[in-house]
Amino acid sequence: MVELVLFIVFGAIALAGALSMVLHPNPVHGALGLMATMLSIAVFYVVNSGHFIAAVQVVVYAGAVMTLFLFVIMLIGVDRHENLEESLPIQRPLAIAVGIAFLVLLGLIGGNAWITAPEAASPPNGTVENIADLLFTDWLLPFEVTTLLLIIASVGAVALAQYDPRPKE
Amino acid sequence: MVDYIWIIIALPLTGAVFLHFFGTRMGEPAAGAVASATIGLSFLYALAAAADFFTGSGEAEAVHLFDWIPALGANAQLLWDPLSAVMTLTVTGVGTLIHVYSIGYMHGDPRYGRFFTNLNFFAASMLILVLADNFGLLFVGWELVGLSSYMLISFWFTRPSAAAAGKKAFIVNRVGDVGFLVGLMLILANFNTLTYGAVLENPARFVTAGTATAITLLLLLGAVGKSAQIPLFFWLPDAMEGPTPVSALIHAATMVTAGVYMVARTASLFELSSFSAGTVATIGAFTALFAATIALTQRDIKRVLAYSTISQLGYMFLAVGSGAYIAGIFHLVTHAFFKALLFLGSGSVIHALNDEQDMAKMGGLRKVMPVTHATMVVGWLAIIGIPPLAGFWSKDEILAIAFGEGGWFTFLWVIGLITALLTAVYMTRWMYLTFWGESRWEDGVEPHESPPIMTVPLIGLAVGGAFFGLLNTPFRGPLRPAFEHFLEPSFEGVIAMAHIPSGATPWNLATISVVAAALGALFAYRRYRGARAYEIPPFASKRTGVWRWVGAGYYVDDIIGNLLVLPGKLVAAWTAFVFDNEVIDGSVRAVGGGVRRIGGWLRPLQTGFVRSYAAVTFAGVVGLLVWFVARGVG
Amino acid sequence: MDVTAGWYLALGAALFVIGASGMLLRRNALVMFMSIELMLNAVNLNFVVIGRHTGDLNGQVAVFFVMVVAAAEVVVGLAIMIAVFRRRASASVDDLATLKG
Repeated sequence: MVELVLFIVFGAIALAGALSMVLHPNPVHGALGLMATMLSIAVFYVVNSGHFIAAVQVVVYAGAVMTLFLFVIMLIGVDRHENLEESLPIQRPLAIAVGIAFLVLLGLIGGNAWITAPEAASPPNGTVENIADLLFTDWLLPFEVTTLLLIIASVGAVALAQYDPRPKE
Repeated sequence: MVDYIWIIIALPLTGAVFLHFFGTRMGEPAAGAVASATIGLSFLYALAAAADFFTGSGEAEAVHLFDWIPALGANAQLLWDPLSAVMTLTVTGVGTLIHVYSIGYMHGDPRYGRFFTNLNFFAASMLILVLADNFGLLFVGWELVGLSSYMLISFWFTRPSAAAAGKKAFIVNRVGDVGFLVGLMLILANFNTLTYGAVLENPARFVTAGTATAITLLLLLGAVGKSAQIPLFFWLPDAMEGPTPVSALIHAATMVTAGVYMVARTASLFELSSFSAGTVATIGAFTALFAATIALTQRDIKRVLAYSTISQLGYMFLAVGSGAYIAGIFHLVTHAFFKALLFLGSGSVIHALNDEQDMAKMGGLRKVMPVTHATMVVGWLAIIGIPPLAGFWSKDEILAIAFGEGGWFTFLWVIGLITALLTAVYMTRWMYLTFWGESRWEDGVEPHESPPIMTVPLIGLAVGGAFFGLLNTPFRGPLRPAFEHFLEPSFEGVIAMAHIPSGATPWNLATISVVAAALGALFAYRRYRGARAYEIPPFASKRTGVWRWVGAGYYVDDIIGNLLVLPGKLVAAWTAFVFDNEVIDGSVRAVGGGVRRIGGWLRPLQTGFVRSYAAVTFAGVVGLLVWFVARGVG
Repeated sequence: MDVTAGWYLALGAALFVIGASGMLLRRNALVMFMSIELMLNAVNLNFVVIGRHTGDLNGQVAVFFVMVVAAAEVVVGLAIMIAVFRRRASASVDDLATLKG
């Protein structure tokens, strides 16, 4: 019963946040809407026994990533209303048609069965210990590779930040 | 000594490689000195290695270096026998003198170092040719001398005529080489090997006379191309576009004699087919006469000598075709001496007159060039066959043997005799127009004697041209035919070695030919001593159509040009401008144009808007889902 | 009434389509970027829910990796956006059409 309430309340928040991000002409509002969606999803993680993941979601996504977004929005000064008129001729009808078709088709597939596997007896326990256990045994190599990815990303970001398009004096 | 016989080849080859990299930097005269030193050392080594042959204790020896194509019997294996020794000594000996001469002659040439690179390379190639112990290696040398001949004829390639002459020599030689190569294939098919020893020792075991005729005629085609005989002679006069030392070394003394050497080397095959041998002799005799008539009419100092060379090579072919292999090789060596001498002398004259080659602008050089003149007199007497100079002994041996063979060969002897007379006429004319008579130098030209670096080789060759003949006189005692004894081991297996007829006949024949030579010289003396002698035709009172006809080399060049080259050029032009343009390029253009047109149609898809791409991608995902549903997933 | 996995998956699908629509409809590069993040979150949710349904913790590990990659992507993407903005003073992706065929 608690889960149903949580699902309805936070599912509504998530959908509303997502829709406001897509529809609101001001990107600042959009960013705040997305943050709400992410926090709702963090709640769902908790409900689905992903404790560690939920924490990371709040800290990394809702905290760091979205802050970065807001920071960039402020920095480049696009925090004004965007003209929502479509300039590409068939883009909007195509997008809407494709989106509806996608939902309908998913419904057709999911109408039969979302998940064919039987439900497990007990849900996994996503604590820090259990996640770490997996990360440093089965997933050690991908984990190390992600460190490489992060280094490359930060070096790339620095290089891009230093890039000056204007010719030198 | 003999085990390391490859050093003879390696020395000039090393010189060529070294000079290729450092020759230009070293400049003159260092580059020339290096080249001369390598070939000179080769000569000394060959002399030492041949010592056993001189004492009569030497044996033919095959020196295996490394496997090349063992399946064909074509390995890097050298043969050291009296015949290859004679050829090696001629190539390196005359070659050394010509190298030294070139140090002076090429003075001031901007590509001085490169000249000696090529000259050394030629020497190495020629030595591969003469030292090879199988037809495969022989062919390698054969092609390499063709290549170096090409490079040296067109050495002054900025002159279009020199470039064209080099191409001509190369292509005409290629015609002969095709025959040669097919001949080698026939040998391989019948003998299963290309090694001299297996093929040439008693070849009758493997082939019938008919097959031998086919093989030898094909080999003859190669020899005819290399040695400038009818019908492939017309490249040699044009080859005079090369520097004069090149003409002397390659187109008089050594490379053009490769055909004679090859026929002599394959003597046992030619012995199987009297038809082939007769063909060789007939081609030789007719070429000798034919070239001599053209030589009568030429005004270019070197072209006279070029036709003279063709004529003298004809004598050698007559000799080897008559079975007088040793006489043929003997004439090859003496001719190498006196023809190299004459060429280098003409080079000295050309040098003195600031690169003038037209004899109409020479004359009277005797006084200003005493040394050159003296050596040229030796060369002149040697080539027209005045005893006791070299040409007399070698040429008259050939004529005597041809006479002794009888039958058809008696007719060839008559031709040879007429040629001897004509030789005396054109060589005397040559001497008159160049050294004697009044001087017709252009204004401002002050002839001078050449420096010692050029005259010393002349003197060396003159000594050879004067006295080498004494090595093979038909007498006994100190003048015994030493050369024949030296070479005989190489021809031991050959069935019918022709010899000079016995009794008084040789004396009578010699008298006849000396008289003929003297008559020719006398005739030319009376005809050419006056003024404007260069305009006087040899036998008519004034210039006639025949004179022009002969003077143009019987228009052989034009006939070949219109009959063979022109159709070839037309086909090439059609291929280049019609077939290549329309069909080959057309198909390429069609493919390119088609791709462009399709690209033009697809171009609008590339809108440049990221969102369009995203929409298409998403539509693709939807398409995938449709496919899932259609397949009934879920 | 139990909340089954299907409910969450339907919610994830809805969020995913909303994100995709944002991708296709908005011109602002930042909003498009956020739409991508939304799509990633929708998929993450599915990972966790299916992991719970099957009792498999690897779903949550996959989410962890997606987050790392997304973080790296955001860092580089935003840097590119700033670089572009410095040059063109515009955040509209429709202006970046110089490669039009």
